Amino acid sequence: MTDKFDKAPAEEPPEDSPVAKGAATTAVTAPPEQIKAIPVRHWGRWVSGVIVVALLGTLVYAFAQGNVRWDTVGDFIFDDRILGGMGRTLLISVLSMAIGLVLGVVFAVMRLSKNPVTGAVAWLYIWFFRGTPVFVQLLLWFNLGLVFEYVNLGPVYKDEMVDVMTPFMVALLGLGLNEGAYMAEIVRAGIQSVDEGQTEAAHALGMNNSKTMRRVVLPQAMRVIVPPTGNEFINLLKTSSLVAVVSYVDLTRAAQNIGSTSFAVMELLLVASVWYLVLTSIFSVGQFYLERRYARGSLRTLPPTPWQKVKANMLSLTSPRGV
Amino acid sequence: MTAMVKAEGVHKSYGAAHILKGIDLEVAPREVFCLVGPSGSGKSTFLRCINHLEQINAGRLSVDGRLVGYREKGDKLYELKDSEVAAHRRDIGMVFQRFNLFPHMTALENVMEAPVQVKGEAKAVARARAERLLDRVGLADKAGNYPSQLSGGQQQRVAIARALAMEPKLMLFDEPTSALDPELVGDVLDVMRGLAEDGMTMIVVTHEMGFAREVGDALVFMDDGVVVEAGNPRDVLTNPQHDRTKAFLSKVL
Ligand SMILES: Nc1ncnc2c1ncn2[C@@H]1O[C@H](COP(=O)(O)OP(=O)(O)OP(=O)(O)O)[C@@H](O)[C@H]1O
Ligand SMILES: [Mg+2]
Repeated sequence: MTDKFDKAPAEEPPEDSPVAKGAATTAVTAPPEQIKAIPVRHWGRWVSGVIVVALLGTLVYAFAQGNVRWDTVGDFIFDDRILGGMGRTLLISVLSMAIGLVLGVVFAVMRLSKNPVTGAVAWLYIWFFRGTPVFVQLLLWFNLGLVFEYVNLGPVYKDEMVDVMTPFMVALLGLGLNEGAYMAEIVRAGIQSVDEGQTEAAHALGMNNSKTMRRVVLPQAMRVIVPPTGNEFINLLKTSSLVAVVSYVDLTRAAQNIGSTSFAVMELLLVASVWYLVLTSIFSVGQFYLERRYARGSLRTLPPTPWQKVKANMLSLTSPRGV
Repeated sequence: MTAMVKAEGVHKSYGAAHILKGIDLEVAPREVFCLVGPSGSGKSTFLRCINHLEQINAGRLSVDGRLVGYREKGDKLYELKDSEVAAHRRDIGMVFQRFNLFPHMTALENVMEAPVQVKGEAKAVARARAERLLDRVGLADKAGNYPSQLSGGQQQRVAIARALAMEPKLMLFDEPTSALDPELVGDVLDVMRGLAEDGMTMIVVTHEMGFAREVGDALVFMDDGVVVEAGNPRDVLTNPQHDRTKAFLSKVL
């Protein structure tokens, strides 16, 4: 196939002929001759494309033939109970993430502090909440009433544990505290990625430690923190389906409830999957733009948006030189 | 007249490594004080001690009559709180070899940051001064650029403007031109020359002997944590007295 790489047949005369010499002297202003090469044919891309499409077709066919009542999927996709469940999934995920972020920053700073006590406490927190399954943690919060009958904050607040630990509170504490442990490690890595010279420059300008952290270190750490945080959030959206076990009626639980009463278990699980996909897709796009924003100042040119990338990829299938 | 910087028997160690072994020197106000010496002799360490980025282990070090890092009461020394150390540093500008601009802020924001955040100055006031300072270092048209969009020489000039924005009475320069391509060194030295003419007190660690000879009022040659030779730059550079000074100068001149 090497012949395909050859330049278009050379028509210019040999170097040392008088004509060539004349051309060379006038060529100072003339634009250089463009290379006219025959493009590489990307046979591999076409073959693999066809194979993948064929496999996908088989899968779709199988489901179409299978005993799935697709009209039922359609019937329930905008069901109020499903939408309500989705709302609660979203609510619990966003709130847990917010708790996780705050705890993450606090525990990361504690772990990096010179104070050995705060450092040890942070280490212990991360050790426990990262080292045990979130499923077990949810059950622990759920059953807290077994060991503590009352929540007693002295004169401030006193109530029965079962009244405090509603399914919502259990879900929030379980997911939020778990997330905080992961976020603490992400934030710590972000803070440590910032050059020490930055802290020194801020100190030399007379900034105290907390100003230095808030104005100089954390904004730069964000570049390292945001991408894994986006992944964490998308993970959390899906992990939140575990709260069904503490009888919080989220999207999964709602789908299961309907499915078991209407004998359409598979159909309702597909409904739930569709909505999870919608949510994760929306947040993936959001994550991309957030990353772009925090790349500000560290990159000379920002990465292309998904749309720009799609366009470039479409072109690379047909264009001579794929990007 | 009190000295701007006065060091008496200053020692500094990192663990077992004894870096500064008794530094004595005095920097007068409005003086351009050059610090030269081989790599590892402790020049940066001494500079960092002056604004308490490092703590000295023995001796006395004062800036404008105030002890660095301590308060003296009777014959006892009390360590200063972080906030007090930060307050002392406001009067001392520092310029680093690797610029250390804040990459997430534009040149203008870099210069405005400390006056607004540390002194609580109004943004409009800080902005006006920042624009004036950027103009002074020849970068009025780069105010909106991020550091990654500036050349090394431009970044270092922004860093100088950033330090000047706090209106310091003392400027510390730690090899401000040694990370720069040769053709960019001149712009930075020009800015420093202008500062010297305006009467800024400056301590400059440098390998630019031309600058030291032309602009410097005093020069100290340091080696292995001690001051080997001190005097007028022109005398020391043309007629060094010590063998170690001679050996060093023969390599860099
Ligand atoms: N944080 C530290 N811990 C341990 N040793 C250090 C530390 N900082 C500096 N040193 C040591 O102190 C010595 C003096 O360092 P310093 O940076 O002051 O030298 P310098 O004269 O500025 O050299 P250069 O011209 O290369 O910048 C070096 O041997 C260095 O290894
Ligand atoms: Mg140094």
